[in-house]
Amino acid sequence: MDEKKLAIVATKGTLDWGYPPFILASTAAALGYSVEIFFTFYGLQLLKKDLSHLRVSPLGNPAMPMPVPMPTLMMVLPGMEGMATSMMKSKMKAKGVASLDELRELCVEAEVRMIACQMTVDLFEFDTADFIDGIELGGAAAFFEFAGESDITLFI
Amino acid sequence: MVQEDQVLDARGLNCPLPILRTKKALGELTSGQVLKIVATDPGAVKDFEAFSKQTKNPLLEHAEAAGEFVFFIQKA
Repeated sequence: MDEKKLAIVATKGTLDWGYPPFILASTAAALGYSVEIFFTFYGLQLLKKDLSHLRVSPLGNPAMPMPVPMPTLMMVLPGMEGMATSMMKSKMKAKGVASLDELRELCVEAEVRMIACQMTVDLFEFDTADFIDGIELGGAAAFFEFAGESDITLFI
Repeated sequence: MVQEDQVLDARGLNCPLPILRTKKALGELTSGQVLKIVATDPGAVKDFEAFSKQTKNPLLEHAEAAGEFVFFIQKA
């Protein structure tokens, strides 16, 4: 049987949205898939060596469960984002959910191929020295080279 | 009763860690050896069935007792 392939486009750079690409990529790799993730726009944040800057925001996010119901206007107050982020992190730890660093490390170990979108790296003036090792740079055509042969393609 | 060669304690871990740790632990076994996994994630039952089916490592037995799920997977 030929190896199955999974191609993911990761476009979001918040703490919550950082999870799906790394959870699916690491699990697919464990199931024997060959996996590639193409990081573009805000998704490039997920490639930084240090992920401690990633935040989750209750603002414009009415589905996010909060301990106390809060009017939207309150969400703009200074410190709300930091509070929501530390709440989310401590809850994840308490529930045995892996940290993003850990999941990404598992992806690296499983030889998940990671490609940073050259155009958005230039656009946002990212320093590729801030990215983890083993990242490749490429464009849309490079993504399709792999995605075109993939069994599953996800845009996250 | 299935006899295990190695035990993986995945209690307290949530998706997808039990599966990822299992994959790693199976990598250290030789063909025919059995890994026993203890987990507390209720999603683990479906996940281990799916893992076994897709990786062709037979799920020999699984049981639940006192909120803990026990799986015996044989390395193919």
